[in-house]
Amino acid sequence: METVFDRPHALTDKVFHYCPGCSHGIVHRLVAEVLDELGIEGKTIGIAPVGCAVYAYEYFNCDMIEAAHGRAPAVATGLKRSNPDNVIFTYQGDGDLAAIGTAETVHAATRGENITVIFINNAIYGMTGGQMAPTSLPGQVTQTTPYGRDVKTAGYPVRVCEMLSTLDGVALAERVAVDSVPDIRKAKKAIKKAFEYQIEGLGYSIVEVVSTCSTNWGLSPVDAIKWLKENMLPYYPLGVYKDVKGGKE
Amino acid sequence: MKVLMKGNEAVAEAALRAGCRHFFGYPITPQTEVAAYMAKQMPKLGGTYLQAESEISAINMVYGAAAAGVRAMTSSSSPGISLKQEGISYMVGADLPALIVNVQRSSPGLGGIQPSQGDYFQATKAPGHGDSHLFVMAPASVQEMADFVETCFETAEKYRVPAMLLADGMLGQMMEPIELKETEPKMIEKPWALTGTKCERKHNVINSLYIEPDVLEKILIERYARYAEIEKNEQRAELYKMEDAEFAIVGFGASARVSKSAVDKAREKGIKVGLIRCITLWPFPKKFIEGTVGKVKHYLTVEMNMGQMVEDVKLVVNGKAPVSFFGRSGGIIPSPAEILAEIEKIAKGVN
Repeated sequence: METVFDRPHALTDKVFHYCPGCSHGIVHRLVAEVLDELGIEGKTIGIAPVGCAVYAYEYFNCDMIEAAHGRAPAVATGLKRSNPDNVIFTYQGDGDLAAIGTAETVHAATRGENITVIFINNAIYGMTGGQMAPTSLPGQVTQTTPYGRDVKTAGYPVRVCEMLSTLDGVALAERVAVDSVPDIRKAKKAIKKAFEYQIEGLGYSIVEVVSTCSTNWGLSPVDAIKWLKENMLPYYPLGVYKDVKGGKE
Repeated sequence: MKVLMKGNEAVAEAALRAGCRHFFGYPITPQTEVAAYMAKQMPKLGGTYLQAESEISAINMVYGAAAAGVRAMTSSSSPGISLKQEGISYMVGADLPALIVNVQRSSPGLGGIQPSQGDYFQATKAPGHGDSHLFVMAPASVQEMADFVETCFETAEKYRVPAMLLADGMLGQMMEPIELKETEPKMIEKPWALTGTKCERKHNVINSLYIEPDVLEKILIERYARYAEIEKNEQRAELYKMEDAEFAIVGFGASARVSKSAVDKAREKGIKVGLIRCITLWPFPKKFIEGTVGKVKHYLTVEMNMGQMVEDVKLVVNGKAPVSFFGRSGGIIPSPAEILAEIEKIAKGVN
C-alpha cells in the first residue's frame, strides 16, 4: 500500500500536548516539513521558548535547546557564531519575542544575525493562563485586562513585522496565518523561504504566524478562527513586509 | 620571557591561549579592557568578539556557544554580574561549562567603581536562583589572573559547571610582569554538545526544565554528587608562614595580597602570624583551614567588604578558636599598617 501522508521525519513520535484548536501543532508540522524538504534536519538546531511551545525540544528530531524567556535570539547568536554551518531557528511566542525579549529580538535583527525566527502571535499569554500580551488588541479582554485593553493605560499592541522591516539587518519579514488551507500553504512557503535565506547567508528572517488560542480566548476552535479573521487580521495585515530578494526593501 | 600586562588584558590573553574563541560582553568599568583586548585580537584569530545589547544577552550568547561545545566566556563587573545571574542559573541548570569573569567594584546598586570583594556571597552562595554553585577562583596577582583562566575552563568542562574568575578592580587595572603559558590547552570530547544530529544519532537536548518533581530531584542529586567531587578534588589555598603560626589571617584576592605584607611586618616584630589565602572560594578550601585548627589561637579574616567570607571561616573553625573580621569597603583597599594594627591588638589580647 502506498503511503500518501505521514509524520515528517523532523518530528519525533511524541504526542503534542497542545489544546484543541491551537495553531502550534500546524506550525510545528510546517517547520518539520520544511526541514525534511530542504534536507537540513541533521544540521539544524532549534531553540524552544518559554511559553506553551516550551516542549518544542521534545517534538523536533533535530538538536534542541531551551532558552530563558525572551533570550532565544541571544542563544541563537551564540550557537550560530560557534558553528556557522548549522541552521538555527528560534520558535517564539508574542510575550517572549515582543515583551521580555524585545531587546534581544531587535538587536539580533539589526545585527543581521543569520537565523530564522518563527513567531507565534496569538495576542495572549497562553501557558500562564491568558494574560495580556504585547500583541493583545485594543479592547481585548484578558485575565489582566478584565475591562478590555485600554490603550490609555496599557498602551498599544506591537506590530512586529512592521517594526523589524525598518532594520537593515533583516532579510525577510513576512506575516502569515494558518486559518485556512490556502493560508497554511502560504505560511509553509514563507517558512521555507526563511530557512533558505539563512542557508544563503542573507541575514535575519522572521515569519510571524497570526495564531489562535481558543482556550484562553474562551472560544471554540471554529469560533476562534472566526475571531482571528474578524479581529486579528485587520490589525495585523498578512503579507511581506521586507524581502531582500523579492524587491521589498 | 616576561611581559608587562594589565590584569584585565592578562585574562583576555590567557583565554585566547586556552583556546577560547568566543567572547560576548557589554562595557562596564573596571573590566572593559578584557573586551577591548578581545575586540582587537579575536578577528585575527578567526574568533568571535561580540558586543551584546546587554549583559543579559551576553550571558545568553555564552549559553548558546557553550551548548555548541566551544570554549566561551563573558566578563563584567558587579552590577553587570547581577544582570547575568539569570543566564548563569540557566547554565547551572543545563550543566553548561563556560567562564564568567567578575572584576568586582564596590557596593550595591551602582555603588562605586573602585575595587571591592563585595560579591563573595553572590559568587559562592547564590550565583543565580535555585540550588546552584559555580567553580570560583580568586586570583591575587596579574600572573594568577592569567593562570587561573585555563584552570577555570578545564574544571568547568570536567565537571560540567560554569566557572567564575572573581577578581576586583585593583587586580584588573594594575600592571605586573607575567609569564604567559605556551602549552596547548587540554580539550575534551563533549558528546552532549549541539552540533547537529547529521541524522546519525538521537537529538541532543540542552534544557533545565523538568516538570515532574521526582525527575527533577534526581537531576539535582546527580549535580550535587558532582559538586561533592569538586569539593573533594579541587580545593586550593596558599599557606604562607603557617608552619609555626599562632595567629592566622584568612583572606583572598587583593586583600590577601595586602595581608601578606602585614604578616611580614608582624613577623619582624616577633608575632607568629601566618596567612591562609583562599584560592578557590567555591569549593571553600576547608581542608587547608581545618589543618590549622587546634594550632592557631585566633583567626582574623580580612576582606574588602563588610564581612562575608568570615562566615565560612567561622563554620570551618566551628568555635574552636575566635574568628574576627577586619575589612574596608566602599572601594577602599586596606593598608598593611591597618592590618598590622589588628594583628597586634589580637596578639596582645591573647598573650
